Amino acid sequence: MLFNRVIPRRGIALLGVGSVALSALITIIAGIKFLSIPPAGGAYTTTIYTWLSTGGFTADIAFRMDALTLVFCFVITFVGALIHLYSVEFMKDDDGFARFFAYMNLFVSSMLILVLSNNLLLLYLGWEGVGLCSYLLIGFWYKDPANDYAARKAFIVTRIGDTFMIVGLFLLVITFGTLNIDTLLRQAPLVWSSGSPVAVIAALLLLGGALGKSAQLPLQTWLPDAMAGPSPVSALIHAATMVTAGVYLIARLNVLFILAPEVLAAIAIIGAATLLIAGFSALTQHDLKRVLAYSTISQIGYMFLALGVGAWSAAIFHFMIHAFFKALLFLGAGSIILLLHEEHDMHKMGGLRKKMPIVFLTFLIGGASLSALPLITAGFYSKDQILWFSLASGIGSKWLWLAGIAGALLTSLYTFRMIFLVFFGEAKTEPKHQPGPLMTIPLIILAALSLIGGFIELPHNLGPVHLFSRLLEPVFPALILSESHAPEWIIQVISALIAIGGIYLAYLLFNKKTLSSNVIEKSRLSHFFYQGWGFDWLYNKLFVLPLVWLSQIDKKDFIDKFYSSLAHAVNYSGTLLSRTQNGKLRWYVMVMVAGLILLLTIMLNL
Amino acid sequence: MNTIFYITAAVAIISSLLAITNKNPIHALLYLILSLLSISVIFYTLGAPFIAALEVIVYAGAIMVLFIFVVMMLNVGLQEEQENKWLTPQMFLIPSILAAALLVLFVIALKDFHFEKHPAIVVGPKEVGISLFTTYLIAVELSAILLLAGIVGAYHLGKQKKKVIHRFLVKQPRIKK
Amino acid sequence: MTVPMETQILFAGVLFLIGLVGLLVRRNIIFMLMSIELMLNSAAMVFVMGGAHWGHADGQVMFIFILTVSAAEVSVGLALILQMYHHYRTLDADSMRKLKDHKANENL
Repeated sequence: MLFNRVIPRRGIALLGVGSVALSALITIIAGIKFLSIPPAGGAYTTTIYTWLSTGGFTADIAFRMDALTLVFCFVITFVGALIHLYSVEFMKDDDGFARFFAYMNLFVSSMLILVLSNNLLLLYLGWEGVGLCSYLLIGFWYKDPANDYAARKAFIVTRIGDTFMIVGLFLLVITFGTLNIDTLLRQAPLVWSSGSPVAVIAALLLLGGALGKSAQLPLQTWLPDAMAGPSPVSALIHAATMVTAGVYLIARLNVLFILAPEVLAAIAIIGAATLLIAGFSALTQHDLKRVLAYSTISQIGYMFLALGVGAWSAAIFHFMIHAFFKALLFLGAGSIILLLHEEHDMHKMGGLRKKMPIVFLTFLIGGASLSALPLITAGFYSKDQILWFSLASGIGSKWLWLAGIAGALLTSLYTFRMIFLVFFGEAKTEPKHQPGPLMTIPLIILAALSLIGGFIELPHNLGPVHLFSRLLEPVFPALILSESHAPEWIIQVISALIAIGGIYLAYLLFNKKTLSSNVIEKSRLSHFFYQGWGFDWLYNKLFVLPLVWLSQIDKKDFIDKFYSSLAHAVNYSGTLLSRTQNGKLRWYVMVMVAGLILLLTIMLNL
Repeated sequence: MNTIFYITAAVAIISSLLAITNKNPIHALLYLILSLLSISVIFYTLGAPFIAALEVIVYAGAIMVLFIFVVMMLNVGLQEEQENKWLTPQMFLIPSILAAALLVLFVIALKDFHFEKHPAIVVGPKEVGISLFTTYLIAVELSAILLLAGIVGAYHLGKQKKKVIHRFLVKQPRIKK
Repeated sequence: MTVPMETQILFAGVLFLIGLVGLLVRRNIIFMLMSIELMLNSAAMVFVMGGAHWGHADGQVMFIFILTVSAAEVSVGLALILQMYHHYRTLDADSMRKLKDHKANENL
């Protein structure tokens, strides 16, 4: 940023992309080393120095990479590098080119600190850092006040979650005396019995933090508005990485959450509810990026659902696959919006199938993966695993599974509604030109990963490939399946049918217009869904308006006036007393005499 | 002796009161001189004849005469209306209250003292002179310097920038033929 | 028998208070100076009374010094009054108010 005018665009781009690409390379090398020679204790650790050491509490700048962290680092750096490459072309006409890359790099470093730290205090540092960068990047085009509002909203809502989290951290420090993750996870079962109230409270508080960052119920209102930022920002922060920080937190502290089964159940229920609510809302949006935003909320709901039923590695698997296809979708949406002269409304797009073929193909692949098209897309494998475990896990239930299935139907419905509206039909807006190579190459790479990424973890009945769960086995406790459950293949068939059915339904509604979609689009219910189920309205009435009213009352700052009234009183008495200095000789004599009388009275002890 | 004291004390108080409430400055000064004279008599009854004489000579004879000179030089005149306006009975209220309060305090303070009764001793000028020029010689010299300072100060302060020439001494302008 | 000491001092006190009242009441500066003289005189009188009570000459000596001081003070004071009259053409003590606190007493 300092050298904005000094270093030419090329240099900035090289610096910005190069640093992240370098990190990606290092991650891959470290990963290869990790996989070939697993380290002792399941992790690499490095301590840089002692950050603070007060009153018996110590926190270090120390990093720890185990399998979970490795997966996250890989996603962050690799997808991050691709997105940085894409942004070189996306932001090339923007004045804030250098500022953009500075913020993005800061974000990547904060996120890496978050996943790599070995104690919760350093994690919180990264947590706050990503929150800051999210604010900076959402409000990147700060000249428009609507963007500033969206940035502030994001920051404040996540702040609520962060406050819960810090209180939870305090509780942990008081109970355990340390925030070192290893120590915590070892000590927790010894100090807390399962279901003890302190454990439940601590878990709830940490969950609050996760809900804020990952935009789940009830703190999900900031994510759709965060689409005011540039599309690469949405791709990196609000699809792949920052919003998954909550997932990381819960996965990392899995022991704590297991000790509070009520909280785990709450996580599952929140995940299920969120995915349904977001799914319905996504169905009625006009703005292309808002569909994707609600889709993100919905998919993270799936991850929370998986965490809540104890399917830890399934959640992380879905996180990785989701990062691939959601980043792809956002980058594709970004190129569409950019090349259609900043047009966001889907109903004004159309027929881009022939006009922007590469974007169409990659977008289609991403959408298919999102809808979990069976067998060929990676999304099928990850989502199917979650659905299976939601039913079959010891703490799962069929209601959760039903919610997941309904959510899957909604997912394919809104995804293909989006695709049909944007790419099929007649063209309403013409693209400026075709996207350049720097934009299409990341799209192609991510599309490939969305297809083949799933093949590293096949379900039990389809094949003996379990690379991913084997990798994460040391990190997570084993998942206990319930006693009686339907065989797996029935579940898979049902979910496959749902996915295809959803696509067909979308085809009928939005392409062939066989069934009338106008009635649905204009109904009151659809408006309710469009407004995000009224959460914004509710929060406005509950919190925003009373606070604004209070601050209006306090406009003259009457509390401060109480304190300044002391100063005013002293000032006033000084003014009063200085009136006695009126220059009249006789007045002075009189005052002297009065003082004399007073003195004599005192001296005579009257 | 005592009756002379009480009578002259009464005279002194009455004439002082008249002095401060008079509108004419000359009259007030004359009343003040009367008061000083009666005080001189009191000094004589107390057995301080030298001081009695000094009071008359210096205080009543020099200082009050100086006052009268200045009043005459200022040529202020009677100033009846002005004094009427300034000296209203309401003005006496607060000073009287303060004075009364002080008087009460004096009385209370004096109650606790028990003075032995001594016979009256006349301290003549001889003792005073001896005391002045042996024990308190330094003070005499200092007061001489003080008087010198007073003279110099009075001369300097009395000078006027504007030369006030008596009208008879002003040169009449020649009438050009 | 001499007059009791309390009476003497009380008499001097009364004269002092009369002078004080005169100082507070009168606005003409000549009268104020007169009242001051009265006060000085009564204070000096107390010294003489004290000296007479003990039979020393010290009281009378003190009276002489007070007299000296009073003389010097009167001459300088009257010279000042002359200056005041020549500059301001008035003998009003209340009009000499230039040393007041101007900000607090604008209207007074």
